[in-house]
Order: sequence, then C-alpha cells, then structure tokens
Amino acid sequence: MRKFKEFIIEKLILICGLASIFFVVLIFLFLLKEGLEVFKGITPFKFLFGKSWYPISEPPQLGILPLILGSLLVTVGAAIISIPIGVGCAIYIAEIAPLKIKETLKAGIELLAAIPSVVLGFIGMVTLVPLVKNVFHLPTGLTALSGSIMLAFMAMPTIVSIAEDALYSVPKTYKEGALALGATQWQTIWRVMLPAASSGILAAVMLGIGRVIGETMAVMMITGNAAVIPNSILAPVRTLTATIAAEMGEAVVGAEHYFALFAIGIVLFVISFAINVTADLFLHKRQ
Amino acid sequence: MVKFNIKDLNIWFGSMHAIKQVSIKIQANEILSVIGPSNSGKTSFLRILNRLNDLNQNFRMTGSVKLEQENIQSIDTELLRKRIGMVFALPLPLPLSIFENVAYGVRMHGEKNKKILGKIVEESLKESYLWEEVKDRLSESAFKLSGGQQQRLCIARTLAVQPEVILFDEPCSGLDPISTAKVEDAMVKLKQKYTIVLVTNNVKQAARVGDRTAFFLSGELIELDKTDKIFTAPQDKRTEDYIRGKFG
Amino acid sequence: MRNPHRTQKIAFFFLFLATLLIVIPVGLIVVIIIQKGLPAINWQFLSDIPRQGMRAGGIFPAIVGTVYLVIGAIIFALPIGLLAAIYLSEYSKDNLLTRLIKLAIVNLAGVPSVVYGLFGLALFVVFFKFGASILSGSLTLGIMILPVIITTSREALESVPYSFREVSLSLGASKWQTIRHIVLPNAIPGILTGTILGLGRAAGETAPILFTVAAFYLPRLPDSVFDQAMALPYHLYVISTQVPNVDEKVRYGTALVLLALVLFMNLVAIIIRYKFRKKKKW
Repeated sequence: MRKFKEFIIEKLILICGLASIFFVVLIFLFLLKEGLEVFKGITPFKFLFGKSWYPISEPPQLGILPLILGSLLVTVGAAIISIPIGVGCAIYIAEIAPLKIKETLKAGIELLAAIPSVVLGFIGMVTLVPLVKNVFHLPTGLTALSGSIMLAFMAMPTIVSIAEDALYSVPKTYKEGALALGATQWQTIWRVMLPAASSGILAAVMLGIGRVIGETMAVMMITGNAAVIPNSILAPVRTLTATIAAEMGEAVVGAEHYFALFAIGIVLFVISFAINVTADLFLHKRQ
Repeated sequence: MVKFNIKDLNIWFGSMHAIKQVSIKIQANEILSVIGPSNSGKTSFLRILNRLNDLNQNFRMTGSVKLEQENIQSIDTELLRKRIGMVFALPLPLPLSIFENVAYGVRMHGEKNKKILGKIVEESLKESYLWEEVKDRLSESAFKLSGGQQQRLCIARTLAVQPEVILFDEPCSGLDPISTAKVEDAMVKLKQKYTIVLVTNNVKQAARVGDRTAFFLSGELIELDKTDKIFTAPQDKRTEDYIRGKFG
Repeated sequence: MRNPHRTQKIAFFFLFLATLLIVIPVGLIVVIIIQKGLPAINWQFLSDIPRQGMRAGGIFPAIVGTVYLVIGAIIFALPIGLLAAIYLSEYSKDNLLTRLIKLAIVNLAGVPSVVYGLFGLALFVVFFKFGASILSGSLTLGIMILPVIITTSREALESVPYSFREVSLSLGASKWQTIRHIVLPNAIPGILTGTILGLGRAAGETAPILFTVAAFYLPRLPDSVFDQAMALPYHLYVISTQVPNVDEKVRYGTALVLLALVLFMNLVAIIIRYKFRKKKKW
C-alpha cells in the first residue's frame, strides 16, 4: 500500500518535473496557432518589413517594421546606458565596496528588481518625461530616449546581479596571483578579473537586454506610442510589446488584427528564446 | 555461519576501477576490520554491502554479493538496509530531537505506537551506552550533544531498526580518545548480537577490536587473516609496511 | 609613464559614480512615492469603491482583485513548482532531459510578460472559454511565476546536506520518506522565501492580466472565479494614462499601496531567509 502511494507520488513528481518543458511548448504552440493565421492574408516578409502599421484601416496594413525599429531604438539606447553603468556597479559591489556597504547596495538593487514596472512607468511619467521635455525643448517628453533611460534602469538588477556573480566566481587565486605580482587593485580588475569573468558578464548583458526587449508597461507609458518609423531618439516610438498591450483590448477575437498581434508575440517569443539560450550557453561555459 | 559471501567483486565509478576482483566471506557475529590507506576502496567496499553505492549515477559493479545465500541485488533495498545498518564517518545526527533520531528508522518502517517507540528508543540508547547521559533531555535537538555522544546516538539509531549487520565507516575519525574508547567499547559488546564490519584508518583500532582484519590497497584485497596474525606475522610485504606506518 | 595609482583612483571614482547612479534613483523613487502617496492613504481610500469615474473614492476592489489573483496563482504554481523542484533536486540525472528542463525554466523566466498575456488569452480565455476572469488571470500569473518558485525551491532543497539523505536511506527509509521527512522540512524556509517572492512578482505584474482578467472599472467585488476583477497594477495604469483629470494624490496613493504590498512581501521573504541562516544547525 505504501509502495503504491509512493509510486503515484514519484510519477507525479516526474510529471511536474516536465511541466516547464510542457508550458514552454504550450506557449509557443498557442502563439503559433493564433499568430500564423495572419499569414493567410500577408506574407511573412511583408509582415516583418512592411513600413506601415495601420491595423484598423480598411484594408488593414500590418507591417511591423516601425515597431521592430521602435523596439530596437529603445533597446540600443537602453543598452548603451545600462551596460557601462551596470557592469561598473557590479565591479564596485564585487571588488571595491566595503562589506557593510556591499550588503546595503545589494539590498538596494534587489529593491529595484521588486518595484512593479507599472509603478516605475508611473514615476517615469511624472518625473522623467517632463525632464526630457524641458532639457531638449521638445513638444513632448514621451520619447524613445525617455524609454531608453527607464529601461536601462529596469535592466540594472539583472545586469548587476549576474555580472557580480560572474566576478565573484572567478577563483581567488587569480586575483591573489596578480596582486602578489605587484599589480594595483584596478590593474587586477581590468586585466585579470574582467577577462576571467567575461562570459558571465556577457550573459548578464544579454539577459539585461532580454529584460529590456520584453518590458511592456513602463515602456508603453512613457514612449509616446507613435507607430511610425522613428527618425530620432527624441521622437515618440512604439515598441513590439507596447503594441500588443495597447491594442489587444480593442482587437476582435478572430480578426486579422488579433492574429497580427499574436504574430508579434511569436517574434517576441523567438527573440527572448534566442537570447536566453545564448546567455545560458555563456553561463555554462563559465562553469 | 557465513553472513556475507562476496565473490569476484569489481566496482567502477565512471572509469575509475575502485574495487578489483575481491572475494571475501564475512562470518556471523565477528568483527571484520578493513584497513588500508585512503582511496584503497575500503569505503566503497563497505557501501556495497548496503547498496549505498547505488546512489551514485556512475556506479557499476560485477560479481556477486550474497547475504545468507540470497543475492543482495534481488532483495528490496529498503528491507536490505533495514537488515544492514550503517554508522558513518562523521557523527551525522538528523536535524531532529534525540528521541526522534533514534525512532526515525522504526517510524519509517511503519511503527506508530508511542509506547513501543519509547521502549525501542530506550533499549537502543542503553545498548549504545548513551541512555544515562540523555534520558532527561530526549526532546532536545541532537545537535546539542557532544561529538562522541552524537556518534553513540547514531549507533543507537542504527540499532533501533534491529539490523543483523552493522557497518562502521571510520566511526571514530572525528572523535577524541575518550569518546573513541567508548565507541569501541560499544562495538565489542555489540558483537554478541550483530555482525560488524569496521572500516578504519586507525590501524591500532583494528588491532584492538577486530577478530579478523582485511588489508586493502588500490582496490585490491592484499591480505585477510586473524587480526593477531596480520599484526604479528603478515604474509605480504605491503601489509607489513602499512602496519608499520611506512606509508598511509 | 602613467601613474597606476592615479588611474586606479579615477577608475574607482567612476565605478562609485555608476553605483550611485543606480542606487540614488531607487531611493528617490521610494521616497517620492511615500511622500506624495501617504496623504492619500486613509481608511476610506483603502476600503471604498472607486467613485466619479475613478477620480475619487477608494481602491478596495482593486486590492481585493489583486489578492484573489495572487492567491489563485500560488494555489496553481506552488504544488507544481515544488514537485518540479523536488524532481530536479532529488530525482533528475545528469542527462539531456534534465538539461532541457533547466533550459525550459530559463526560457519561462525570460518570456516577456505581455507574451504570457497573449498565451493566457489564447488558452484560458478563448480556448478553454473561461472568459476574462480571475481564473484565467490566476492561471496565467501562476505559469509566469513557476520559474521563480522552481528555482528558489530547488536551491532550498539542494542546500539540505546530502549526508542527511544517505543517513535516512541507510536506515531503510524509502526515497520518498527521506524527502518527505528529512529534506522537505529542512527546506521549508527557502521554499517559503521563493513562494513569497513569486507572490510579490505576481502582485505587481500588469501585462499578463491586461487581457485575461482586468476590468477597467468594476466598482464592486468579484463574486466568483469566473468574474472579472480590478487589480492594483492595472488600476494604476488606467488612472495614470486612460482617465484624464485624476487627482495626482489618487495616483500616488495607488502607487504607494501597490509598492507597499510588493515590498512588504519581499521584506517578509528577506526576514525568513535571514532568520533561517542564523538558525541553521549544520
């Protein structure tokens, strides 16, 4: 009797162990199921590289190039801001900060990770957006730049914590060896620690970027949501994620617009999948 | 009576050949000491007897190990381990109270009656000479005991499930001389009821408590004989060198 | 030749600056929200339904909706996540399947939250015909927080010393008995920490509930799991961007309640973790 009970439990454990794979596949299948419908009316090429996104005009124009470029612009901006600052902060926490300050800083970063993105979006709206507007004398502060700054900020916890882990797991002997040879602490960090931790730091950066591309609420609240091909970082843009979030509410289930939004979901899923698999490879290379 | 009959035993962990062609008969109610330098395969040998090696994914074996005529591979592992108790190198109390540590195995085999459990716990603690020291604080955490007490608690825990054989894996390696003496004392007395296999790094300990002694080197059984014979007139030069402390 | 010590000084200054650039805004955000949100908080704000098109009244239905969603998510995710963690920590072998499972977890954690929203819409709302409801939203959030729960629970399980398992098995206990009586009880604080972190995550997410549950304006409490509900993060989004002329105080107040809820859960998790580390017996 006991044996039978345990047999059942162990099978249940196995099934739940496989749940993650099941859900990833399920998510992808349902995105495909709804998203592929759109290609009955439009070729994948036209969908990806079409220059106009007018989903409710008659007939609808479903080119997502402006959205891809919007996401790209915001992401590149965020990466340029977040990589040096994030990696710098990770180095400071891992190598320089005194132990007591270290814990406080880590808590601060964890705090940032915990703040819901809609709250950050709200704060961005009331502080960052007016600031950008005034500094650059723009008609509106809802721009790609505002989005980039906000997203850079939101990517920090990911970048800092993973990069710090990477630095932390460099064998102590490397550092001690360099210091024993008379290198300064900074030379040791720059010439020994950073190269040794490079694949982990790369993974940190990639996962940070993954976070940026997938971020929805904050970006929707502060980038202005203009679905046109952006000509400047100071112009409003519309990202892939924001498009789904903003328009799905109005799309009719089963309409072409609805399917198109799911197709955007496929694009996002594929991008995040690629980023995560690659980052995972880098992380494993380190070990 | 032969308790264990081990024939042509070979063990691998991955590509590492840990035990090479070993055959031993272990008699009932004897203390068999197994000595040898570290990595000689003596612990792997011990863990064959209660199939604890099976937990290692890379473990492979050939040959036969019989417990009273029955191949141990065909005995249910839970029943086998109930019959073959083990005391580990370091005192490893479970994170439970003193009472629950001793009662743990019995409970797992289905005993729920509080009275019976209490009786078993008391008897086992008496058998391992710990009862007097702990009888008033059975509900305290086992981690509050001293190292020697913890090790005797582990012996009591093993006795509680009423095994036939007890495997000791360097049971005194972390203990001071006084605690060691107490544990050795317990072992010698346990011989009346149980068959004991003692793996030890301490040659003198083997000399003190073992009826017979086996010397392992690099996974091979070099010599097996009556303890006093091994220590006074070893047949093999390597045994002699090891006992005299020329290597270790 | 450049002076290496001066280079070091300059480099360290910039690293310090980078750190400040992250930490100071975090502090500022929290301070601003507390400072401007606190005046809005009173009993009426917390216990009343929204009035005058959400420009006045309270946020009670949104709080209740979020609580329902979070509870629903955890009822779904905790058992599955915990058993999955047990599988990985106790049963899995070092093989391709395990590698795939780990990769799947990493990917689940990386899927954009709005994609979870799409998935929930397609599977629960449309395919299973649950409609936009607490049930659909909870299940969507549940799948989303699964990786958090699996990863933290697994770490908790693996931090229980291997020797305990050997001892238990050597006494003739079965594998499941060993897990049930030795491994799990000692991993509970870690599992709890992970669960609470998952809860905090679920409470703060907006995108997954946009099309699966959230009601724009529903000035009453939901009456079943098939009912729509308001939720705090979505409510904050709505009054910040969709409703004109909302008093700033109401927005900050809502933000504060949401932030406090999420941070409170994180704080509890941190305290549990801290106490556990101090109490650790081995």
